Amino acid sequence: MTIEANDPAISIAGKPASLRPILEWTARRAEPIVIGLAAILIGLALFSLFILAVGKSPATLFQLMYTGGFGSWFSVQNSLSRAAPLLLTALCVALPARLGLVIIGGEGAVVLGGVAAAAMALPLAGTVPAFLTLVLMAIAAMVVGGIWIGLAGFLRHYRGVNETISSLLLSYIAIALMNQFVEGLLRDPASLNKPSTRPLPAEYMLGNIPGMDVHWGLVIGILACIVSWIVIEATSYGFAARIAGGNVRAAQIQGLPVGKLIAGFTALAGSFAGLAGMIEVAAVQGSANASLAAGYGYTGILVAFLARHNPLAIIPVAILLGGIDASGGLIQRRMGLPDATVLVLQGTLFIVILFCETFYGRFKIFNPDLWKRSL
Amino acid sequence: MEETGIGIWGVPLAIFAGAIRVSTPFIFVSLGETITERSGRINLGLEGTLVFGAMTAYAVAVMTGSPTLGVLAAMMAGAIFGVIHGWICKFPKVNDIAIGIAMMQFGLGMAFFLGKSFIQPVAPKLPSIALGGWSSMPQIQAALNINVLFFIGAALALFLFWAFKNTRIGLILRVVGDSTDAARAMGIDPDRIRLLATAAGGSLAAIGGAYLSLYYPGSWNEGISSGQGLMAVALVIFARWNPIGCFVAALLFGGAGALGPALQSVGVTQGYYLFYAAPYVLTLIILIATSSPTRSLAGAPGALSLTK
Repeated sequence: MTIEANDPAISIAGKPASLRPILEWTARRAEPIVIGLAAILIGLALFSLFILAVGKSPATLFQLMYTGGFGSWFSVQNSLSRAAPLLLTALCVALPARLGLVIIGGEGAVVLGGVAAAAMALPLAGTVPAFLTLVLMAIAAMVVGGIWIGLAGFLRHYRGVNETISSLLLSYIAIALMNQFVEGLLRDPASLNKPSTRPLPAEYMLGNIPGMDVHWGLVIGILACIVSWIVIEATSYGFAARIAGGNVRAAQIQGLPVGKLIAGFTALAGSFAGLAGMIEVAAVQGSANASLAAGYGYTGILVAFLARHNPLAIIPVAILLGGIDASGGLIQRRMGLPDATVLVLQGTLFIVILFCETFYGRFKIFNPDLWKRSL
Repeated sequence: MEETGIGIWGVPLAIFAGAIRVSTPFIFVSLGETITERSGRINLGLEGTLVFGAMTAYAVAVMTGSPTLGVLAAMMAGAIFGVIHGWICKFPKVNDIAIGIAMMQFGLGMAFFLGKSFIQPVAPKLPSIALGGWSSMPQIQAALNINVLFFIGAALALFLFWAFKNTRIGLILRVVGDSTDAARAMGIDPDRIRLLATAAGGSLAAIGGAYLSLYYPGSWNEGISSGQGLMAVALVIFARWNPIGCFVAALLFGGAGALGPALQSVGVTQGYYLFYAAPYVLTLIILIATSSPTRSLAGAPGALSLTK
């Protein structure tokens, strides 16, 4: 048996030997896709039961969801705009996940990034060229966001503080800080009902991609995903991070700088979330205010888990969830369902997809190493 | 302030009153989380359970006119959330921290969805006990008007402290929490114990929610909890998985949370929003001070994924 299995000339499971590498490759790649799709279908089925239980038609709802998210060029552009911050906040979860860390405080980095960007831009506006201002805003947002999440990573490694809890506490602290800045030091006296910083002059705003009604944040987000993918898959840092995530002791014995890896990856992750805040300010809101805490940090957690922490998979998942988000208003208007419908759907999908993790490695068909035993 | 003759003493009084008023949900959620974590599982979804409990209690109280029935219904709903969490987490490769975040989102979504029609009506409130009758000052009377759930929470903390140490169930819970293998060797089914512990935790967290919607602030809206359910997880670590510690920590949190409004009432408005961050900063500082990179937290259940 062993000789047979190792001899490429012998056919496996009745297939010609030359096909085997292709089949193996397909089988390994197919596992996350098949299980992921099955999970989404189960989640949608459960959600349909819920919608039936409240006396509405799931078919109408899914149709509206498609129309509102991707049914027209207008809705596609809307979905893409909403996907932009999700790409970045999902990276804030996915990069530390390489090291086995669960960071859930991306929201805090988003709001502080937004405040930092506004605080950087307002004194400069009118004196410094727009492009340079935007670059400085991005740098300020990334530094602040990086420090914020990097702190959670630092505390984890050097003080043993659980990063899930600390990042969450930091996120509440960040929101209080933002309120303090927006209500106090940075408040625009003209903003009465909704305290905000002074608005950015129009020419200092991050514009739209030519030919589209989608701001440049989408391009920045996609680039960040690609850069993250390269860092994880093609550099020694990414490889070392994966080892440290698998077994910290083994990584330390190998002489890997685990502490620096953790601090570096969490800081990079936080800087992406901070950048999301800068984009919110410079492309959508035009000023820093409480709307920055719109829940992008929390939806980003869902996106990252759905994408199994793979930066390239984050791109389609973020666009899909951006579409679901965008269709919320239409569902509310046409079906009389509360806006929380989208939240229920997201929660259901999230639970089922995490539950389906249990099926990985259970099916022999996806594991070429086991094929020979079935002969 | 001056004409009431209480002046600057209003600040400690307001903090004391605030601590008692604000701490009750923390007491219940953290006691619930202590039971769950003692069994070796963590439930980060208690935030969702708390808010769903608040909505359920409010809705049932509006419909039946009885706040007690509201609390009972919330407990049922919380137990169901706990059972779902406990059942999903028993499968291999399922991460209980991630499932907690997902359950939180699901619970918030369900509460906002089903609670939409209950934002307007007014529910009957939970009864409170007036202990301030001896004083003629209205502030002191108001401060000592304490809800029954606070006393139930305090009694529950004492009872759990005793039960963990002295009962068979407490011992089983601790064994399961410290070592899955040891529990199996004793012929205990760890999954079942964890399922029950998570259900108990969920139902206690939902009482905390019921307090929010039926007593203080006493109405149902979507912003009713500002992370109390999640803070409780940090609070349990701070309290070292000790129920009496949870009670004391909850009072401390409540007091920290009442600091901002108390100072504002005597005219200190500088940095008002920063005082909102006080409980979170306090928790973080205590976590940093008491954690160590080399050994696991003292008193932590061995099988808890949080401390690994």
